[in-house]
Order: sequence, then structure tokens, then C-alpha cells
Amino acid sequence: MNAALLEVRDLQVRIATRRGVVRAVDGVSFDVPRGAALGLVGESGSGKTMTLRAVLGLLPPEARITAGQVIFDGQDLVPLSDAQLSRVRGSRVSMIFQEPMSALNPVMRVGAQIAEGPVVHLGYSRARAAERALELMRRVGIPDPERRLRAYPHEFSGGMRQRVMIAIALSCDPELILCDEPTTALDVTIQDQILRLLARLCGESGVSLVFVTHDLPVVAQICDRLAVMYGGQLVERGEASELLAAPRHPYTLGLVRSAPDFDEVRESLVPIPGSPPSLITPPPGCRFHPRCAFAEEDCQVTEPPLHLLPGGRATACLHDERCLQAAP
Amino acid sequence: MTALTGTGLPVELPRARSGRWYRQPALVAGLMVTGAIVAMAIAAPLLASDNPTAQNLGATLQGPGAHHLLGTDQLGRDTWSRLLYGARVDLRVAFIAVLFPFCIGTFLGSLAGYFGGWVDMVLMRLVDIVVAFPFYVLVIALVFVLGPGERSIYIAIAIIGWVSYARIIRGQILVAKRQEYVLAAQSGGLPTYRIIARHLLPNVISQAIVYALSVDMIQDILAIVTLGYLGLGIPPPTADWGSMIAAGQSFITTRWELSMIPGIAVVITGFGLSLIGDGLADLLRRGES
Repeated sequence: MNAALLEVRDLQVRIATRRGVVRAVDGVSFDVPRGAALGLVGESGSGKTMTLRAVLGLLPPEARITAGQVIFDGQDLVPLSDAQLSRVRGSRVSMIFQEPMSALNPVMRVGAQIAEGPVVHLGYSRARAAERALELMRRVGIPDPERRLRAYPHEFSGGMRQRVMIAIALSCDPELILCDEPTTALDVTIQDQILRLLARLCGESGVSLVFVTHDLPVVAQICDRLAVMYGGQLVERGEASELLAAPRHPYTLGLVRSAPDFDEVRESLVPIPGSPPSLITPPPGCRFHPRCAFAEEDCQVTEPPLHLLPGGRATACLHDERCLQAAP
Repeated sequence: MTALTGTGLPVELPRARSGRWYRQPALVAGLMVTGAIVAMAIAAPLLASDNPTAQNLGATLQGPGAHHLLGTDQLGRDTWSRLLYGARVDLRVAFIAVLFPFCIGTFLGSLAGYFGGWVDMVLMRLVDIVVAFPFYVLVIALVFVLGPGERSIYIAIAIIGWVSYARIIRGQILVAKRQEYVLAAQSGGLPTYRIIARHLLPNVISQAIVYALSVDMIQDILAIVTLGYLGLGIPPPTADWGSMIAAGQSFITTRWELSMIPGIAVVITGFGLSLIGDGLADLLRRGES
């Protein structure tokens, strides 16, 4: 456990809205060992993006961490001030966003945007930072980098912009990169290129990854470990290959069944019935029970705790053996 | 608006015709009018036929003629020369007077917009207080208290004029700070002043510049002329449109053009600047859509 670079413990994020308090993240725990890639999976509104943003204290103004710890390299980040956090942000932990168009400053040359981190965090001179930017643009595979340094984001295609984002994220040699659906906005062919690039660069430099996505094929490609979120809670976690092959939570099973597979043609895709729960007034008991095929009476009453299984896995299902039997 | 050529370099394609600045009739007309006035002010020593402060008591209150293009005033000074040199003074003072409130308002407005909370509350209540009084009344009162002269004009306009910029910038920053590139900059651990100065302001400053170049500039020229008219502006004998109007007032029944000519100069200048403002605003709207 001590080897983990990032430990998230019982994290709770609440958002105050006019209709009530949204329990966006409700007691989420996971570890990211050094050099590992963790996939945080779940449908829209399951709290995965909020979890990611809470790690760096970058929540929207209405949201607040109400409990829990985010321990990065032995230090809890939750009580830190913005000024203290800014020493971690960018230099030791960086972030890649979903929309490479809106996440780049439209009126700043990309070279200057890549060079900004080294200037601020590493104390580079402008000339040295520009060299660094050039080197990074080469590493992320942007053609003709000398000229592209002086271009603006609108002159790049979506995939190239995401490469720029990756260059920015790598600019200060971070230990951890948080990726918020970095490939969702891209074409499938570009997605694949970007994923390979990320996996290669992180492998080369031993950077750890937290990868938020709702796209299982993407996760299978890049992540060693998975954590599945539903309704603001973690419902299952474990090694990626095992978890996808033999889900021990009906929601994971539902995700696997509803995702298309590139390698083998499945007979049919099975959608998960119903819609995600309200996080203002979540259903009692297991939050997934209204949509669950295996639900029994006790599921409506008992809130299932995350219990450990052999092989470092954990599930929050009371009847996980039944789920295992139904596996594809 | 770019395309890739065989070399992989971005190439600017011709943009929609109406998007070009020279296709904006208002902007072009405004630039021509204002440009002509500025050029005349700059070239005043070449264009003027006389020293603007040289009195000639033997030739007072003359009508327009060959020797004095627009006649002379009650002290025999050449009206054409005074008009040109007056433009120099009034335009220079107006331009400098715009700078201070622009900087102060942009600074305070970006603080209010970015931080929100009590900073925003305090600053915006301050803005409300200043806005509650008519601009010219406050400027005149302040200059009266501070004493006539160029320095007082700058101080008074700075104290009052910043509120418009603060409001414009605050509103723009409120919208822009929700953009993902700001979150990305924050996630990069950049210091707050850097996020505001290098990421937010360049994205939002254009509206404030348009306001400065047109609305505020006109307002300031009018304020300076009004102060000159009231004897609170640039002290005599320096030529200034406001004091020229005031001086000509006593002879309105016989030599009405003494007041009329500098008045028309003010109107044309204001007209040119507001055309520029309209044209720029139009251009920005198109750029956004």
C-alpha cells in the first residue's frame, strides 16, 4: 500500500444546487501504484470527472470535498491551500481534458502554451523553454514542429490539438497524469493513435495515469487496473483483464455487455435498462438495484459495502457470485 | 479558416468578404474622418498660417478672408491656426485621459470577475456609487476641487471613468473563466496573476478597447471641451476648442462663426470616433459568430 503514488480514501464531494445537495462522489477509495494506469469507468454523471478534479482541488465553485483524503506521494492534498496546491499542479500532477479545442487558449501560440509550465515551475529561461517545447512537440509526433510552435490552436486538427495537450501535460515531467476522457471528442482512428501515444510516453518515462472514460475498449487498451463507478460510488475494482473477463458486479457486467468488441463479434449488444439514479435522493440500499437483473429484497434495504475478493479485487454487490455465473 | 497545402503548412484562405475590416463602411469612413483630423493636428505647424497665440490688436474680429482663412478672434488671433493647435491639445489630452481609466478599470474589473465573492461585492458597489452620478457633473466638480489644468483633468477622468471598463471586463471574465482553457491553466499550477494576465485578458480585452477608442474617447473630448468652456480646462493662452467656444460667445450676434467653428470641429471628431466604434463592434460580432 505504501508503494502507491496516489491513494484516494473515502472521498466525498457534495455540490450545492437549488434542488438540493448532490452527492456527486460518495466514499470513493482507490490506489494508483507508481507507473501504473488506472481506468475510472462509469456512465455520464457517475462522478468520475468530479473524482478526478477533486484530486487536484479543481472543483467548480459550488462543489466541495466534504470528507476523505487524497494522498499523493505521502501527502494529503485535501487540506492544502491553492498556493500550496499550485506546486503540485502542472509540475508533479498534470491533467488532460476532453475537448482539446476549448482546453487550449485560442489567442496564444501553442509553443508558448507548452513552454509556460517549464518557465513557471522549472525556472527555465524563455529560450530554453522554447527548446523544451520543440522537443516535446517532436516527442508527441507533431510534424514540422519548428513552424508549428508559432501556430495558434485553431490551425490544428483535433488529434493534433490533443497531442499539444499531451505535450503540455508532459512539459514538467510529472509523476502522474489525470486524463479526463481525452479521446472521447476524437475520431476512432485518431483515438487509437492518441491512446498508443499516451501508453508509449507513459511507459517510457514511468508516469502513472488515471484515465477517466465511459469507453470500455479504450480502457482495455491502456489500463492495468480498473475502478468502476456508479451513482457516485465505487462498485468494483481490480485488474483490468480479470475484471472485464469476469465481472463481479452486475453494473460492470452491463457495461461489458453493452460495449462493442473489436476482436470478436458478439451476437448482440445488451443495453442497461433504466437511467442513472438521482444523486440528490439516491435509492435506498444498493444504488443499482432498480436496474439490476439479480436484485433481491435485501438489495433494496442494505447498502452493500465494498468487500475484498481474492486477487486484489473488490466488489460492492451482495450477490456477486450470481453475477459471476452469468458472465459472458 | 485555414487549409493544409501539400507542405502541411496552414494557409490563410480568403475569409468571408464582410469579415474584412476594409469592407466595413462605417469603420472605413470613421478611420478617414478621424485620420484626417489627427493628421491635421500633427501637421498643425505646417498648415497653420499664424502663431496661434500671437495677438494682433490691429486686426480683431475679422471675417474669413485671404489673409486669415477663418478670420480672427477678439484679440486678433488667427482662428484657423487656433483650431489646428486646439485639436493637438484636445486630442492629446483625451488620448492620455483614456489610458488611466482603461488600465485601472481593466485591473479592478478582472479582479472582481475572477475572484467574485466579497472582492466583487465591494468593487461593484463602488462602481454603482460612481455610476449613480452623471459623468460630466462629477468630472466638473472634481476638476473644480482639484483646480484647473491638465493634471486635474487626468485625475478626475481616471477616478470616474474606470467604472465602465471595470463593468465590461468583469462581465467578460465571468463568462470566460468558465472556459476549459482556464481550468487547464489552473490544472497547470500557473499563478493566478498569470492566468488573468496571459490567459483571460487577451481573450476579453477587445470590447474594452472598442469602448475606449470610441465611446470613452468622445466622452472625454466633450468633457475636456466643456471644462475649457467653463474656464476649468487648459489655461489660456493655449488654444483649446472649449475656451474658443467660450470666448466667441460674447460676439455671437456679430461673429457667430467664432463659437460655431470649434463646435463643428468637436461634432466631426465625435462623429468619426463613433463610426470607428460602430465598425469595430460590428467586426467583433462577426468574428464571434
